[in-house]
Amino acid sequence: MSDDGRAGSALRVGIDVGGTNTDAVVLDAGDRIVARAKRPTSPDVTGGLRDALDAVLAEVGERGREVGRVMLGTTHATNAILERRSLGRVAVVRLGAPATRSIPPLTGWPEDLRHAVSAGEIIVGGGHFVDGRPIAPLERAGIRRFLAGVEADAVAVTGVFSPANPDQEHEVAEIVREELGGGTPISLSHEIGSLGLVERENAAVLNAALYGVARDVTGALRDALAGRGLAPATYFTQNDGTLMAVDHAARYPVLTIGSGPANSLRGAVFLSGVPDAVVADVGGTSTDLGVLVGGSPRESSAAVDIGGVTTGFRMPDILAIALGGGSVVRDGAVGPRSVGHRLTREALVFGGPTPTMTDAAVAAGRGRVGTRPVPAGEDVARRLAAAVRRADAMVADAVDRVLFGRADRPLVAVGGGAFIVPGAIPGVGEVVRPRDADVANAVGAAVALAGGRFDTIVGARGDREAAIERAGREAADRAVAAGADPSKVEIVELAEVPLSYLEGPAVRVHVKAVGPLK
Amino acid sequence: MIFIMEATRFLTLDDVAPLARGCAVLGTGGGGDVRSAALAAGRAIREYGEVPLVGLDDLDDGDLILPLGSIGAPTVGHEMIHGDDEPELIRREAERLFGRAPAAVMPSEIGGGNGVHPVAWAARLGLPLLDADGMGRAFPEVQMVSMFVAGLPPTPIVMADVVGNVTTVRPVDGLWAERIARAVCVAAGSSALMADYILPVGEARGAVIEGTVGLALALGRAVERTAAPLAALAAELGAKILVNGKITDLRRETTGGFARGTVTITGVGEDRDRALTLEIQNENLVATEDGRVLATVPDLIGIVDTQTASAVQTEGLRYGQRVSVLAWPCDPLWRTPRGIATAGPRAFGYDLDYIPLEDIT
Repeated sequence: MSDDGRAGSALRVGIDVGGTNTDAVVLDAGDRIVARAKRPTSPDVTGGLRDALDAVLAEVGERGREVGRVMLGTTHATNAILERRSLGRVAVVRLGAPATRSIPPLTGWPEDLRHAVSAGEIIVGGGHFVDGRPIAPLERAGIRRFLAGVEADAVAVTGVFSPANPDQEHEVAEIVREELGGGTPISLSHEIGSLGLVERENAAVLNAALYGVARDVTGALRDALAGRGLAPATYFTQNDGTLMAVDHAARYPVLTIGSGPANSLRGAVFLSGVPDAVVADVGGTSTDLGVLVGGSPRESSAAVDIGGVTTGFRMPDILAIALGGGSVVRDGAVGPRSVGHRLTREALVFGGPTPTMTDAAVAAGRGRVGTRPVPAGEDVARRLAAAVRRADAMVADAVDRVLFGRADRPLVAVGGGAFIVPGAIPGVGEVVRPRDADVANAVGAAVALAGGRFDTIVGARGDREAAIERAGREAADRAVAAGADPSKVEIVELAEVPLSYLEGPAVRVHVKAVGPLK
Repeated sequence: MIFIMEATRFLTLDDVAPLARGCAVLGTGGGGDVRSAALAAGRAIREYGEVPLVGLDDLDDGDLILPLGSIGAPTVGHEMIHGDDEPELIRREAERLFGRAPAAVMPSEIGGGNGVHPVAWAARLGLPLLDADGMGRAFPEVQMVSMFVAGLPPTPIVMADVVGNVTTVRPVDGLWAERIARAVCVAAGSSALMADYILPVGEARGAVIEGTVGLALALGRAVERTAAPLAALAAELGAKILVNGKITDLRRETTGGFARGTVTITGVGEDRDRALTLEIQNENLVATEDGRVLATVPDLIGIVDTQTASAVQTEGLRYGQRVSVLAWPCDPLWRTPRGIATAGPRAFGYDLDYIPLEDIT
């Protein structure tokens, strides 16, 4: 792509692929939304993505040539893992023997996923102790023999304590290039996950299995743009709500998993201007509640499973409740059944036969939706009123669960069904309803910053301050590699968790750095 | 000689998940992560076969029991996972020391990952697992075991590390056992497998806490087949629910190698306007409300997710979590004067007298 094509390029496109809809927006240099579209997500994902892109480009017309950046949050990687489709075969190398042999690689994986992904596994001598000493010399010959005997599309390398001592993983990458040639992609665990060997190894293996999917989606996006005469810089959103440049995403496709909730939270901050809030993203079937702290999504502490595999990824802490615009109203209950995308045929206000939460909210005067008024009748009115009370109680309970005792925070309502949220909620300061809230997730993708993170143990030996500074530099370097402007990167998160049963003041350090795109 | 009767129960792959859930509850915050232990247990059953679960009565008085447990930093154990040979190294050393092979493996500590891992070790050794342990819960120090309380000598201690070093220690008492074992563990990279209080069945009666593997399994099973997990768990344990609430304050630090902290749980629903404070040192040790003690170690104080009743470990505590605090009585051995001296509130530095949970209203 030429720099000329981007010169003066004032527009950027944000696209978010959701379970039901693919949303796209175009923002101008002043962050104003100049075009927006919602299209059904297609089974192959790419079709819906093209449709949404075409729709917004048609809306901006001639100005389409000014598009300089495209940011995409997509479910390609998630779907590939869930459906065991288009996955590469991975040679799995672990450095740590004789330690770690009580849990061989891929232990606990669903059998069909393991079958789809594994080209062979080996645990060889190598890895480090917590204090940096080697567990065993690196078993180079054993690695070469193993590689000579496998047929793999990619290689994943995981060394014990590699987040603190990455050199061995790099050395093995060199061996892989010598044995298999430079064309075989290599996934190094210290670049992908944090402490916790099994979780980090799982993430590295999934990442290696996704290279083909990453090639397909980046190719499809490039072709779609080229076909419309565009060659913008392209970025993918990550599970923590930050961006990575397309060449970075091609190397770390696993990090794109779970970016949807992060996009909607970031979009909510941008649209509302409120950095500390509860965000309710109301869809057709469910509502996702998350918490913004200083403009960033609060993250979950629980381990995250992807397709039945445990990874150590940190994802936005989301509480999902079965309440959406399409939730079916029955006597005394709302949902969990939903009419989903059939809302415009099923709901009473569209002339359909099924009372829904949308009808209840319209009857309560919360929005003007539909093609006709709510049918008159005392019985219907009573049922819909009861549904609103029940739904409001569900929202209030969910808000109470995600907040911790701070009653003054506002709630930002986004998503297509945001109008069902009541105007006053116990425990909430005020309810904010920003414009364009129904495409908040695509907006979130368009306004995200580039980010990087690093996680390690700072041991008893050595200088703690210096080690923490080094961790900060590593996170900042990763943000720059993802596309951030080096002069504007800042550390936004520095967590130290003391470790028990270790001599001296050992702490686990987690650093996150973000910066605007360069 | 082991005689496996037809009625003998076997621990199968299907038992691993409920056992892990139950052990996490009995860990009362400590005992290490159950997830990797469950992976190791599942893998070992697949590789080496199912594990007979036996009681003391299934064994002869002269049969040797091999109590096994991981020692070290949980975060290290989660990264530098055990090798496959440590149990065999310890068994060989025990056989050399005692002149006969161990007949069964026993968990040193039923709480946390240390309650689940012994299934893997027993499978690896082809030995049955004894339905008993040395704590009935989790404790942080080597001398805090029922065998010490019963007055048995700890000697010898056998440790094996990931690279194959075997260390035999003959400490003069349980306190020295803790001190030297900890030093060896640090030298070995802060993770090792350890056998202490290797003892014949004849000496184990009254010195080990029986039935705890079965209890952990029952807890896990109770929680998995019900729509009301919290109530089912409390019923199975005979536990009081001290509060249903959420974590509103969390302070922690590491002093002398041990994580210490204070957690405040503010009540929700019917418990609104209440606030419970928990003192934590790896395990949950003291629960107070408005300065009044509601439960203290060695009775058990568990923090569980209110909805799922799954245990929350000390290192997994986070602001805003919806949790319930349960308390239930410890084994009577811990309520003897020596038991209270070993693991009562004062053993952890709290200037409090131990009051049995049932006597607090």
